[in-house]
Amino acid sequence: MVGSGASVLKRFRSSQLGGMSLPDYGFYILCATAIVLLATQAVLHPSDFAQILVFGVTQGAIYALVALGYTMVYGIIELINFAHGDVFTLGAYIGTAILGFFSLTEGSFTTINLIALLLVFPLVMLIMGGINVAIERVAYRPLRNAPRLAPLITAIGMSFLLEGIMFLWKGPATVHFPDILPQASTTVAGVFFGFKDVFVVVVAAILVTLLALFINRTRLGKAMRATAQDRDAAQLMGIDINRTIAATFFIGALLAGAGGMIWGLYYNTIYYQLGFRSGLIAFTAAVFGGIGNIPGAAIGGLVIGLTAAFSDSYIGSKWTQVVIFGILIGVLVFRPTGLLGMRVPEK
Amino acid sequence: MSQAATAGRRGSPRRFNLRERIRDRDTAVYGVLIIVAILFPMVTIYATDGTALVSHATRAGYFVLLAIGLNVVVGFAGLLDLGYAAFFAIGAYSYALLASPQLESSPAHHAVHITFWILMFVSLLAAAAAGAVLGFPTLRLRGDYLAIVTLGFGEIVPQLFYNFDQWTGGINAVGLIDQPRLPVWVQGPWSGDGPFTFVRDFSFNGDPVAYYVLIVILIAVAVILVNNLYRSRLGRAWMAIREDEVAAAAMGINTVTTKLLAFGIGASFSGFAGAYYGASVSLVSPDSFLFIVSITVLVMVVLGGMGNITGVIIGALVMYTVIFYLIPGLPENAVSLANNVGLGGIVPASGDWPGLAEETQRLNFIIYGIILVGMMLLRPQGILPSRVREQELKHAAVQEEETVVEQAHAS
Repeated sequence: MVGSGASVLKRFRSSQLGGMSLPDYGFYILCATAIVLLATQAVLHPSDFAQILVFGVTQGAIYALVALGYTMVYGIIELINFAHGDVFTLGAYIGTAILGFFSLTEGSFTTINLIALLLVFPLVMLIMGGINVAIERVAYRPLRNAPRLAPLITAIGMSFLLEGIMFLWKGPATVHFPDILPQASTTVAGVFFGFKDVFVVVVAAILVTLLALFINRTRLGKAMRATAQDRDAAQLMGIDINRTIAATFFIGALLAGAGGMIWGLYYNTIYYQLGFRSGLIAFTAAVFGGIGNIPGAAIGGLVIGLTAAFSDSYIGSKWTQVVIFGILIGVLVFRPTGLLGMRVPEK
Repeated sequence: MSQAATAGRRGSPRRFNLRERIRDRDTAVYGVLIIVAILFPMVTIYATDGTALVSHATRAGYFVLLAIGLNVVVGFAGLLDLGYAAFFAIGAYSYALLASPQLESSPAHHAVHITFWILMFVSLLAAAAAGAVLGFPTLRLRGDYLAIVTLGFGEIVPQLFYNFDQWTGGINAVGLIDQPRLPVWVQGPWSGDGPFTFVRDFSFNGDPVAYYVLIVILIAVAVILVNNLYRSRLGRAWMAIREDEVAAAAMGINTVTTKLLAFGIGASFSGFAGAYYGASVSLVSPDSFLFIVSITVLVMVVLGGMGNITGVIIGALVMYTVIFYLIPGLPENAVSLANNVGLGGIVPASGDWPGLAEETQRLNFIIYGIILVGMMLLRPQGILPSRVREQELKHAAVQEEETVVEQAHAS
């Protein structure tokens, strides 16, 4: 691994002199090495491998939902929205609070559970959308023409503010999220599938598909794409920039709210600083897929989820963070535009 | 000769005035800072009969150093660094490992005790080297991609110190770190048992006043160095890159080397600060260098006024006071306020109410968040923005207006 890295680096440097695009080459070599290493594991211990794969995909689906919000906001106003991870956590907090009004049966699945879920899930998404639009209105819109770092600092401030609200609300301890999904599970060839795993992946897939349809097929989606490409030109074409940006924040937060609900339903434990770490990881996923690129964020989320799962099992969980952020740096060095990113002109 | 000629050619009285004014404001701020720095320990020790405030000031000091260093990267060269704490960590661990019993229990089996005055520069070099190593492959990246790489680096480094627990003690931290000792040849009335003593036995022994003097000297040296850098050819190259990288490259500036120097020099200040930090708190753990530290220093730089050294110092002092002094002091003040205005009933905890002190403490995050958002909304350019840039912008706007007016007259 180390040896191949060194030779890649050498190639990469000669590529700068030669003017060929060998950094891409390095990226493929790194990917191939990882795939070969994983394939060896898959052949040696197929059922363990498949189990980790299932867990990784589930985790990755949640990261993907959060990463989409990061990538959409970055694509449209070039802001690393540090508050997004906390919007995600706040979604889970509001979800628990509203679910508390129902007389739920935990650990089994009743009609009330189903009704509660069907009502609360969209409701939380909408509430989070509203909150995120309000955040944009208060903290980012007034700074649209300010120095570039100013909105970054307000985003950090908003992140603290949201964390503070959750802290004030429920205190520093972890909060229980009602366990209301069916407990059904099945074992296929030694691999355990819970209903929860399927639920997470299916819901995430539906949401991502809806988002893709929305972006590509609707007028507002087109306006978003236009604004992301060139804000001034879009404005000249009669697009209401402020409305489009607000819509982007709204949709990003819909997905984050859904992500928060799914996280809660899957893990049943939330705490107020959850969004900080998972937000950074989701952001890494967005960069991995090519920031500003929507399918890229979804795939990046999956890849990061899988990476985390594999690294937890094969390398040790204390190295997972190093692995994930190491991959982040590696991707940016060898392929700055990410997995699916296009060459973006510098503005 | 050539300088005089250019001055004669370009030097209008107006430009001269502008320069005079810039120099004046900064000189005034420096003057006030020096006077405050000298009077602070005397006044606070006299007034509060203790050194608690002085030890607060020593901690504010390394944040000032960090802010000055980050300002080189962010303010001068315009590179966003979100992992600055990593270099701070490298500096602190370089000192902690080489000046404590830690390495005795490591695979090396030999404790190393090198004096602070040498290790200060070792830490500096270690941090600068880390900056160069990170910068070399990544500085081709533009804008926010660089910010993301530094963010990743900032997450990795503390985790590495945590994971290599054989060497660094991991979660147990490195403790019992040596205190700086004055060399014998700087003996004077300030050491020993005389009436002017603030350093006993030539060792700092955790005496906040000694650390205060040390950090003030370090900051003064850093300010002089950075000021000279700012006015040097390199400083101008940084600013050219900040304003327009393509144009700067077209003017013959080697952008990669220049950015690498900004990165390395910026990092070296945090290495400096790291060695000081290790010595003054005598305990270095990976938890002290998390993302929040990078963010705090960045907030200090941006709130103070990016690119302006005096602004950054003021920003660091103001933010330190707010974050580490005012906000933690709030619960106590709230309780005494409630008792004084006759609302003593809300102080103790009862039922769901966690008590006034606890409740106020839970508000800390919210208050900090509101301060950040509010200050940026009110003053996005910072408390003391760089006057040169301000004037340049204003001047450009005025010129543009004038040409428009002229054209209107001509037509």
